[in-house]
Amino acid sequence: MSIWEYANPRKFLHTSERVMPVLWVSSGLLMAVGLIWGFFFTPDDYRQGSTVKIIFLHVPAALMAINAWFMMLVASLIWVIRRHHVSALAAKAAAPVGIVMTLIALATGAIWGQPMWGTWWAWDPRLTSFLVLFLFYLGYIALWEAIDNPDTAADLTAILCLVGTVFAVLSRYAVNFWNQGLHQGASLSLDEKENVADAFSNPLYVCMVGFGLFFVAMVFYRTGTEIRARRIKALMARERQEA
Amino acid sequence: MRDLRLAVRAGGGFGLGLAFFLIVTVMVPFSVGPESDLLARIAPGVLWLGALLSCLLSLDRLLALDWEDGSLDLLATAPLPLEAVVSIKALAHWITTGLPLVLAAPVLGVLLNLPLEGFKWVVISLLLGTPALSVIGTFGAALTVGLKRGGLLLSLLVMPLYVPTLIFGAEAARRGAMGMQVETPLLMLAGISAGVIALMPFASASVLRINLR
Amino acid sequence: MSLNVSDLRIARGGLPVLEGISFQLPPGQALILRGPNGIGKTTLLRTIAGLQPPLGGSISGGEDQIAYAAHSDGLKFALTVSENLRFWASVFGQRSITPALKAFNLTKLQDRPAGALSAGQKRRLGLSRMMVTGRPIWVMDEPTVSLDQDSVSLFANAVREHLAAGGSALIATHIDLGLEATVLDVGPYKAAPLEFDDFDGGFL
Repeated sequence: MSIWEYANPRKFLHTSERVMPVLWVSSGLLMAVGLIWGFFFTPDDYRQGSTVKIIFLHVPAALMAINAWFMMLVASLIWVIRRHHVSALAAKAAAPVGIVMTLIALATGAIWGQPMWGTWWAWDPRLTSFLVLFLFYLGYIALWEAIDNPDTAADLTAILCLVGTVFAVLSRYAVNFWNQGLHQGASLSLDEKENVADAFSNPLYVCMVGFGLFFVAMVFYRTGTEIRARRIKALMARERQEA
Repeated sequence: MRDLRLAVRAGGGFGLGLAFFLIVTVMVPFSVGPESDLLARIAPGVLWLGALLSCLLSLDRLLALDWEDGSLDLLATAPLPLEAVVSIKALAHWITTGLPLVLAAPVLGVLLNLPLEGFKWVVISLLLGTPALSVIGTFGAALTVGLKRGGLLLSLLVMPLYVPTLIFGAEAARRGAMGMQVETPLLMLAGISAGVIALMPFASASVLRINLR
Repeated sequence: MSLNVSDLRIARGGLPVLEGISFQLPPGQALILRGPNGIGKTTLLRTIAGLQPPLGGSISGGEDQIAYAAHSDGLKFALTVSENLRFWASVFGQRSITPALKAFNLTKLQDRPAGALSAGQKRRLGLSRMMVTGRPIWVMDEPTVSLDQDSVSLFANAVREHLAAGGSALIATHIDLGLEATVLDVGPYKAAPLEFDDFDGGFL
């Protein structure tokens, strides 16, 4: 029994279809519990008032935005090394989920930033890094869309993902360097959260796990779709060949 | 290295990037107003952005021409490794595009009222940074070489990769122009250039091999 | 050094096109590939030239021995005939381009820009490139396209000399070059569509 058995498309579909209902229900429950707990049953922060509660959306989304890219990186590496098609398709399937998470993180950040910093947007290092991450997602998705041959597309996007990761990390440092002094890190979520005690952290953890499971369920679902689309394409190509 | 000379001569479109650089720079005062204080403050950044865009403009012809006339297939079966081919291509791109931009930057700096100390640092930072732009751009060109509407996609792919180079390069130029110390960004810029020159050709060559299949 | 191909299976655009191809090409011999359009001759030649990996089977004896001529000639129109040739000669580490110019009757044209040549002249220039590679195995894809009668015989002579000098040639063509050559019709090797198996093969 090895993990690579799941590289078999049929085995993957079979297993993921059994797991997915559990994932959907549990992620839905956790997100509902976490968000309701967070929004309605936590005290207002003495400085930030109720605006602080947007962290229950902001932080998990930001977390998943980064983790989605890491998942794509790992899946790309598996494709490059072991050439399992499911892995390449999983990377493809994760990208749109990741970009939406990035957008949620950016939008909630802006909404939170308005009352807190008095501006919708500031070229804060962390915000800027997410904007750059968003651009990387855009390029990755656009490259998948542009190439007809699926194996070529998988190869090229995998290499773009590897190279992009290096440059994304570089950009993170560059951006930090570029705008270090203007905004203290403490004005942003992570440090704030630690300052704000357990009343906030527990529902936040629930939300994070909920978002994580939701992400996994989405990726399973979308990978399944990609596998089927790929199979249809293969069947049609075979028919043309026989004709 | 006669490949280089030939690649340079065959490349064509020599002055185009330069002319584009000039036009972008001239457009900036039209769009932000003629106050010389403001222009002096943004001059290093504008020069860097202009140079970056001019580089980008000439990238899609870098490998596409060789792809269309079949030279790439033939080069791939030649004894020269593809890593060397893409390195030479990047070098040729730098000599035809990057180097003229570096030389033109001080002239355009005058138009933007660049402070006197700034000239030196703009030129030095561009000199260190433009090779990285060419090498990274070659990777982008290799990624999109077989595509019909590659040009726009190329920009979309290459721009995010340009972010660290642009930040450190423009930062070094800006600090230099304002009389602040420039060592850190300049060192980072040199590090990025050295790193990408050493490693990017491998990525570009592997991508090109995939595209030639 | 002879080129050995055994049980080769090749794909184009992810679909297998030819399978079970085996042949041997010893020095001094030529092999002509025939077969209807779209059967996969170009794909076969590209695979043998090392531009794409085979699906299965093996190719040996071809490493760094093959000079490949594709449909397009890879000419730079801005450069003259002799500059074009000299470029390829230097890439392959060779010196003299005079025999190549002579063999393809290009000596008079050598200072003309390649862009000003006619289609047939361009083709001749593209083929003369094979002579400056100094490589023993010539792999050529439809070399006679747009050549007139005289040029075809020039080309055939060049190949004959190459063979006499111990080289070999693998040529996909539809016309009779008048060469002493084995003919391989690839038509019967058309690949059967893949059976869908349980694994990734189901994607092909």
